Amino acid sequence: MLKTALKRIVQCIPTLFIVVMFTFILTRIIPGSPAATILGPQASAADIAAMEVKLGLDQPKLQQFVDYIGNILQGDFGPSYMYNQPVLDLIAERIPSTLQITVVALIIALIVGVGVGMFSALHQYSAFDYVFMILALVGVSMPIFWLGLMLVNLFSVQLGWLPNLGRGSFDISFWDGISHMILPCICLATIPMATFARITRSSMLEVIHSDSIKALRARGISERNIIFKHALKNALPPIVTVLGLQIANCFTGAILTESIFSWPGMGTLIVNAITNRDYMLIQGVVLFFALVFVIVNLLVDLAYMVINPRVSYEGGGSN
Amino acid sequence: MSESLLSVKGLKTYFFTASGVSKAVDGVSFDLNVGEVMGIVGESGSGKSVTSSSIIRLLAPAGKIVDGEILFEGRNILDMTHKELLDFRGKEIATIFQDPMTSLDPVFKIGKQMVEMICAHQKVSKKEAHTMAVEALKRVGIPEPEKRMESYPYELSGGMCQRVIIAMAVCCKPKFIIADEPTTALDVTVQAQVLDLLKDLQKEMNTSILLITHNLGVVWEMCDKVMVMYAGSTVESADTKKLYSNPLHPYTWGLLDSIPRLSDKNKEDLRAIPGTPPDLRLTGNCCNFYNRCPYMTEECLKSSPPLVEVEPGHFVACHRQNGENKLVRGEVTVHE
Repeated sequence: MLKTALKRIVQCIPTLFIVVMFTFILTRIIPGSPAATILGPQASAADIAAMEVKLGLDQPKLQQFVDYIGNILQGDFGPSYMYNQPVLDLIAERIPSTLQITVVALIIALIVGVGVGMFSALHQYSAFDYVFMILALVGVSMPIFWLGLMLVNLFSVQLGWLPNLGRGSFDISFWDGISHMILPCICLATIPMATFARITRSSMLEVIHSDSIKALRARGISERNIIFKHALKNALPPIVTVLGLQIANCFTGAILTESIFSWPGMGTLIVNAITNRDYMLIQGVVLFFALVFVIVNLLVDLAYMVINPRVSYEGGGSN
Repeated sequence: MSESLLSVKGLKTYFFTASGVSKAVDGVSFDLNVGEVMGIVGESGSGKSVTSSSIIRLLAPAGKIVDGEILFEGRNILDMTHKELLDFRGKEIATIFQDPMTSLDPVFKIGKQMVEMICAHQKVSKKEAHTMAVEALKRVGIPEPEKRMESYPYELSGGMCQRVIIAMAVCCKPKFIIADEPTTALDVTVQAQVLDLLKDLQKEMNTSILLITHNLGVVWEMCDKVMVMYAGSTVESADTKKLYSNPLHPYTWGLLDSIPRLSDKNKEDLRAIPGTPPDLRLTGNCCNFYNRCPYMTEECLKSSPPLVEVEPGHFVACHRQNGENKLVRGEVTVHE
C-alpha cells in the first residue's frame, strides 16, 4: 500500500506541472498588465514600463516561466503585487476560512445525501422516493450563483433572519459565527447533497437486489445488519468516487459562493487576483486548488483499497 | 425415517407484473420426511426455484404466495412473523444457491461472515463461533481452515466457495437444506466432489435435502424421490427408482432422452425437446405441454390434466396415461 501510494504521488507531478504551465500561459494571455493596474489609470507609459522592470515582467516569457518554476521548487511562490505579501502567506491566511464552509458543507451533504439515498432505495417507488429524487434532480441542476442570490433574497432581504455578508466571528457570539455560515453552507452543500442522494440510491438499489444480499437473508441475518453493514459497504465505491469529485467541486464552488456572500476565503482571493492581474497570486491559488484535486484523488484511490479488497493497483494477484 | 418434516399443499405463487399475472408455481404439493432427499427437476422457468424461494419466503417484490400452505414440523411458514422468519432461515432451513461466487458478500472476510451467521442463530461468544466456523470448514474439506477464515471470497475458487457455503449451511445444524442447483456453476470434476460432500453431511446429520436441478443424473445419484415440474406444476412424481424404471409422462421421457450417454454413436442420438415452455401468463386451461408433446390429442387442448396416482407413490399428470389405452413410451417423433 505504501509503495502504491508513493507511485501515485510521483504520477501527480506531471499533472501539477501542466497546471502550472497552463495557468502561466493563460494569465499572460488576459489583456491588461499588473503594472498598469497597480499604478492606476493616470499612470504614464514610462511609469508602467519602469514598474514592469521592477516586477520582472520585462523579461522574456520563457525566462519568467523558468524562474517561476525554479522558485516554486525552492518553496517560493513569489510576492502578490496587490497585497505586497508572499503568496504563500496569503493562501495560508485564507485556508481556514474556506475550509470552514467547505468542510461543514460536505459533512452536511454527505450525511443528508447518503441518508436520503438509502431511504429512497429501501422505499423504491414510494411517494418519498419520488419527492426526494425530484428534489435531488432540482438540486444537481441548480446553478450555484442563482441559488446563492435567491437564498440571500429570501432569508436576508425578505425575512431578515440571517446576515448576508462576511464571515462573522465566533468571538462576538456563537450565533454570530454560525448565522454567517448557514447560507454559504446551504449554497455550497446543495449540489453535492443531491449528487450523493442520487448515486447512493442507484448504488444501493443495485446492491440490495444482488444475489449476495438474497443469500444473507436466506441465512437469517437481521435486516439492519444487511442494510447498514453489508449493503452499505458494497455500495460505497461509487459514493467514494463521487465524494472525491465533490470535494474538488466544493473548492471551485467556494469561488462563487464566497463571492456572493463576501466570505473572506480562497475564492474571493482568486477573484480579486484575477481582476487585478495579480499573476503570482493567480498562479499560486490555482496551483493550490490543483494540489487539492490531486490529493483528494489520491485519497480516493487509497480508500478503494480499504473498502474493496478486490481492488489492487499493483496489477495481478487477483482473479 | 417416516416422520414428516415439510409438507407443501397446493402452493400457488404468482408474479404480478405490468403485463399480466405470471403463474410461476400453480398448485404444487409434496411431502418430505426427516432424512429424505427429494429432487425437483425441470427446465429453466418451470418454477423450481420459485418453489424453493416460497418455502423460505424470499420472493422478489412482485411475487406473492396466493394460495396453499407450507407446513414445517406442523407450523405454517406462511403464518410466521418477520421475526420468526429471521430465526427460522439459516437455523432450521439452510439454503445453498446456484452461484457460489455471488452468494458470499465480496467485501467481507469468510471468517467474519461465518461468525456473523453463527452468532445470529446461536448464543455463543465470537470466539466460540470462530472455533465452530473453523471446525465446519475443516469438515467440508477445506485445507488450512484457520488461514481461509482470513480470506476474501474472491481469493477462493468456485468449488472452494461452494464448500464454504455448505460449511455455513451446516454449522447451525439445520433440519432441512434447500440446494438450489448447487453444482450448476461449477466444473464437472468439482460437481461430483460437492455432491459427495452434501450426501455425506446429509447422512451424518440426518438432514432432509430439497435438491433443485435440471440434471437427472444428479437426481439419480442423490435423491430418494423426484418431482418433475413443468410450467409451474407437477407433471410426475415418484421414488427415484420407480421414475427411472417406469417413467410415464412424455416430458419426463424428453428429459431422459436429452441426457448424453456414453453409448451414443453420434450427435443425432442426443435428442432435445423441441420448442420452448409456454408463457406462464397463459397457462392453466389445457395441458401446458401440448405444444411440445409428440403424443398430443384433442383432449389435451380441452382441459389441464389432474395429477393422478397411477401406481402406489407414482403420480402423473397426463390425459393419455389416465384412460383405457395407456400411452407407451415409443420412438419420439417430432410433432409438427
